[in-house]
Amino acid sequence: MAMLSFEKKYRVRGGTLIGGDLFDFWAGPFYVGFFGVLTAFFAVLGTALIVYGAAIGGTWNLWQINIAPPDLSYGLALAPLKQGGLWQIITVCATGAFVSWALREVEICRKLGIGLHVPVAFSFAILAYVTLEIIRPFLLGAWGHGFPYGIISHLDWVSNVGYQYLHFHYNPAHMIAITLFFTCTLALAMHGGLVLSATNPAKGEPVKTAEHENSFFRDHIGYSIGTLGIHRLGLFLALGAVFFSAVCIVISGPFWTRGWPEWWNWWLDLPVWPRAG
Amino acid sequence: MKLSATTLTASLLVSVIGILLVIPMMLQWERPPMESAQWGFRGTGMEHTVNPRLAAKVKAANPLPTPDDPVPNDGVLVKDDKENYKNVQVLGDLDTAQFNRLMGAITLWVAPQEGDNAGCAYCHNVENMASDEVYTKVVARRMLQMTRTINSTYKTHVAGTGVTCYTCHRGQPVPANIWYTNPGPRQAGGMAASRDGQNLAGQPVPAFASLPYDPFTPLISKPGEAIRVQATTALPGNTGSDFKKTETTYALMMHMSTALGVNCTFCHNSRAFSNWEQSRPQRVTAWHGIQMVRDINANYISSLSGVFPANRKGPMGDVYKTNCATCHNGVNKPLYGFSMAKSYPELSVPNP
Repeated sequence: MAMLSFEKKYRVRGGTLIGGDLFDFWAGPFYVGFFGVLTAFFAVLGTALIVYGAAIGGTWNLWQINIAPPDLSYGLALAPLKQGGLWQIITVCATGAFVSWALREVEICRKLGIGLHVPVAFSFAILAYVTLEIIRPFLLGAWGHGFPYGIISHLDWVSNVGYQYLHFHYNPAHMIAITLFFTCTLALAMHGGLVLSATNPAKGEPVKTAEHENSFFRDHIGYSIGTLGIHRLGLFLALGAVFFSAVCIVISGPFWTRGWPEWWNWWLDLPVWPRAG
Repeated sequence: MKLSATTLTASLLVSVIGILLVIPMMLQWERPPMESAQWGFRGTGMEHTVNPRLAAKVKAANPLPTPDDPVPNDGVLVKDDKENYKNVQVLGDLDTAQFNRLMGAITLWVAPQEGDNAGCAYCHNVENMASDEVYTKVVARRMLQMTRTINSTYKTHVAGTGVTCYTCHRGQPVPANIWYTNPGPRQAGGMAASRDGQNLAGQPVPAFASLPYDPFTPLISKPGEAIRVQATTALPGNTGSDFKKTETTYALMMHMSTALGVNCTFCHNSRAFSNWEQSRPQRVTAWHGIQMVRDINANYISSLSGVFPANRKGPMGDVYKTNCATCHNGVNKPLYGFSMAKSYPELSVPNP
């Protein structure tokens, strides 16, 4: 594997969070580290348990494999392995693997001397998962409120949980999250399109630079956010989308039990309207 | 950076308005701990989360009635005591003691208020109890037949619990939850002339959604075709339905949910709404409930159209009718399953 010119200088020991020199080496292009080993441990164990769950689950149909959380009656206690205990251990493994992966990113950032934007961003994804599987079930008082592990089964869960609040599209945080997700793809499409347009000029034309990119958007909408700004915007949109996704599910149940359309009555209940007849 | 006075004033104003809006938005949130019920296999998300503080309010609004003590028979049937009981068309087979006990109960259930036109006088000319001159007596007679029909032929819906006048009336001449054809507010002309029966804020019937606010007139005012808007195949096929029908159906379903204090997954597994095998048994009970409500609205209530005065009719001239909330009052089993009808077996006799 070829190395970039600076890599020899950066591939030195140090910068680890814990464990000192333990596992502080590379395997081919990959940095291992203590958290790399921890990630591998959790990922292998969790995957093996999913395979075991599938083996005792009655189907090998990839779409239908389902490892469900315990019955609500178990509350926040441990459940027998085949009645949701498997789901509980897999949840611990998944959380362990995700968090270890984020910390491995932190260690690589420290070695390179760069900012922690990537692990921070990944932490938002972890936050969404932890909100769904740990925080919300904890607030509602039973692990059984988590979603099951299975391709179709987790979609069925999403559908039914949505219908618990009659019309989930009225969830205000869901609205904000959807808006940010769509805006995120809009921004990515415009940014990707712009960069590709500058680097793929007409035949015989030289490749253009950021000045042309800026000029395009100034001519087009009167403003260009700039080469660095577009990445700030993209990160903001993406993290905002994930953050409000986590908010929209954590408020459903722990902080609101009625149909979501009813939530909007706060507007009708403002004391500024004339009283009806 | 120097802020101009205008900018400062503007930002202050925006902040104040923002805070004023956020306060009412925030005040209505609920908080843990909640209580949950599991309605399906674990992990399917067929659950119900209930705020115990709100549930206590519903419970307080649905006090359990106390049935009158049983009384011994007089040994004389109403129809055999022609001297004292005339014009008794429905309850003639009752022992006179049971008849009077029931009359007393109905008074408490429907018109317990004091006054000239309350108590017995709400339905009777107290000078001549046999007279049909007070319209409510004619209505009450039909309601007795309706109650018997519900308790004897709709056991698929009311099971052994049954209903009495109290189930709906709760001490009120007109039950709290009734419906009539809702034409909506007056509309502007031109392009704004029609809102197509939907998109109206603050409507409790489609649970405050933008869905149609009168799903009852098309769907439960009279016996009719099955409500079928869901595709029965994995990919949407031709269900013979359309947007309008589907939204009206969803409005009715959201009424059912709020009327029973439940959510969609009380009856349905939303992965396949139409599939009976994947639905809960409650859906069967609800299906029979729809047939029952259609029957009583058409044959026992709308049929009294000529009897009811204008103040018991909606703006379109149709009489006040029943929906799920009329009996259920926010509880999935009316009065939490307490059977009042058991103490009044004469209300569960089939009509001749």
